[in-house]
Amino acid sequence: MLEIRHLHVSIEGNEILKGIDLTVRKGEVHAIMGPNGSGKSTLARVLAGHPSYQVTQGEVRYQDKDLLTLAPEVRAREGVFQAFQYPVEIPGVSNAYFLKAALNEQRAFRGQEELDAVDFLETLKQKMKLVEMDSSFANRPVNEGFSGGEKKRNEILQMLVLEPKLAILDETDSGLDIDALKVVASGVNRLRSPDRAILIVTHYQRLLNYITPDFVHVLVDGRIVLSGDKQLAFQLEEKGYEWVRESAAS
Amino acid sequence: MNGFGSPRPVDGGDDVVTMNPEILDKKTKETGKYVPLFEAFEKTEGKRGAAWIRKLRQNAFAHFCHSGFPTQREEDWRYTSVGPIERTPFHLASETLPHITVQAVERLRPCTLNWNRLVFVNGFFCREFSHVSDAFEDLNIGSVREAIVSKSNQLASYLAQYVRYDQNGFTALNTAFIQDGAFVYVPEGKVLERPLELVFISTSRETVSGTVLAQPRNLIVVGPSSRATIVESYVSIDQETYCNNVVTEIILEESASLEYLRLQKESGRAYHVSTTKVNQAKDSVFSSTCVDLGGILVRNDLHVDLQEEGAKCFLNGLYLTSNEQHVDNHTLINHPRPKGTSQQLYKGILDGRSTAVFSGKIFVHQDAQKTDAHQTNKNLLLSEEATADTKPQLEIYADDVKCTHGAAVGQLDKDSLFYLKSRGIGENEARNILSYAFANEVAQRIKIPSIRAQLNDLLTERYGHRSAGEGVHHGSA
Repeated sequence: MLEIRHLHVSIEGNEILKGIDLTVRKGEVHAIMGPNGSGKSTLARVLAGHPSYQVTQGEVRYQDKDLLTLAPEVRAREGVFQAFQYPVEIPGVSNAYFLKAALNEQRAFRGQEELDAVDFLETLKQKMKLVEMDSSFANRPVNEGFSGGEKKRNEILQMLVLEPKLAILDETDSGLDIDALKVVASGVNRLRSPDRAILIVTHYQRLLNYITPDFVHVLVDGRIVLSGDKQLAFQLEEKGYEWVRESAAS
Repeated sequence: MNGFGSPRPVDGGDDVVTMNPEILDKKTKETGKYVPLFEAFEKTEGKRGAAWIRKLRQNAFAHFCHSGFPTQREEDWRYTSVGPIERTPFHLASETLPHITVQAVERLRPCTLNWNRLVFVNGFFCREFSHVSDAFEDLNIGSVREAIVSKSNQLASYLAQYVRYDQNGFTALNTAFIQDGAFVYVPEGKVLERPLELVFISTSRETVSGTVLAQPRNLIVVGPSSRATIVESYVSIDQETYCNNVVTEIILEESASLEYLRLQKESGRAYHVSTTKVNQAKDSVFSSTCVDLGGILVRNDLHVDLQEEGAKCFLNGLYLTSNEQHVDNHTLINHPRPKGTSQQLYKGILDGRSTAVFSGKIFVHQDAQKTDAHQTNKNLLLSEEATADTKPQLEIYADDVKCTHGAAVGQLDKDSLFYLKSRGIGENEARNILSYAFANEVAQRIKIPSIRAQLNDLLTERYGHRSAGEGVHHGSA
């Protein structure tokens, strides 16, 4: 589904990613872990098409397409979804309107009929229950005045409504209390299926207590220095990132 | 605040008033073009009405002749050149109506609800398109032209008492040719349940060969403890060049309340100059929303005098410009007395090579303690070539007041754009959604749902977007 080859990425002339190779197949859940500043959020944003980053080398294939040449909105319509680390507040646009516009653009792209307001609202209400959001959030402006936890739930809600093929979670667990963490995790687990892949970018192991990854990769200074199964996450939690740095250096 | 120093003698006499020959000597090159127009006007329409109005017109014309149009040397006109208006040889609009069908009027009306309405074509009242279903004693919803003859005394106590003809060349020119417009009088203690629409339709087609100058003159009086809702709109049948030079005087008596929406949707080649003066008595409330969509050269002056204690005004503005449009909004809020409130929110979205000006002055006199005055102007530039000039001014001579002002000029937020796109929404749609959201803040301030819906419909039309601020309640694919 996703093939990242020798990816180098810079922002304002500083190289952040220094040669990433990663293969994600359908049905798999990968966790990308690493210390602050290692480049894991950069990887998530580049995959979503954030305009601030320059790809200097390498390529990314997604479902046999050259992902990096696609505009952000086309990536989304092709099934790529990024849950933002810092979701943007958009005053004056209701959550429901925003999501309906997004869903219908994606449906139109796939040649499906647009959902009308009634059907959409029904879907939205169902999914809001799953992430334990009060229905009043539908009519509130996107993320405006939401708490940190509510913003993250809202990201998961969008993911559940849009049903992406490749979901990328950029530090969705940061700043969440344990209850919100469980809600987010159950939302992600609900999306898990043999047709979809999930990439979880996180600093901590604790989200992985609720979402079991098939693979864990450790990113240090723009490179993947270690890959393993879920046991690797426990080792990191126990020994810290210094341990990886040392074993990578040796 | 009256331009004559003493109450005007009210009479119904018909004594001959002759033009002072000195007037003609003072004329300039540009104003000289209007002398034959005024002379012809005096011989026909000018004959109607009492001596006071004829004298008023003559004084105004004399003033116009030597003052001429405002120039950019004047601080209030620094950002706006009225040269194109000055140079155009206009024909005065005539009452001979062009062929307009009821269907055309229905299409042009911003509202399709069964409201009271007065329809004007090139500034002249058209009874056949108008409809007023509310009636009670002393209520007047009609034309100034009729009132000049039948309600001369009533008219005399208000007309031109608030907008002085010597304010500038445009108010002088309008006053010189006072002829028609809306005259609304709501007597004490009454509520005008249905909103009143004032529809001003312009057309240069099938009238005269040349460019039409129409000069509607409106007078709105809301009596003590009375309430009204008025929607004033300017629309055009074709995309011709013409000029509307409008003067509107609004008087709110004690505890009166007026909800006012002004929609300017002139032709893309039209000149539109408006001067609105609001005079507020104790505890009266004026809530206005002025929207500019059309016109190539637009200037709106909105002056509010909070003459007595506890008067409140809420002024919202929205200008959406593109191409070569120039839209200039000047507001002036006068706080002479204590406990007045004024809140202003003017927002603009500028595209193409358009330019917009906002100049807002708040004047708080020494006696105006406990004044609460706030002003915000925000501009969103959608193109590199659009320009916004914003000039907030506070002059405060009282010490116990709460006054704030703020102004901003910016572009669409890149992070918001990316967020929308990352969910599959395309560039154009994303820009439209964010523009709608920006403009919708103004619509949300309108308290009366049917009036808010009017503006929402306009925004929807403009941005192909449905009810962003109101969730999915009336959303349908």
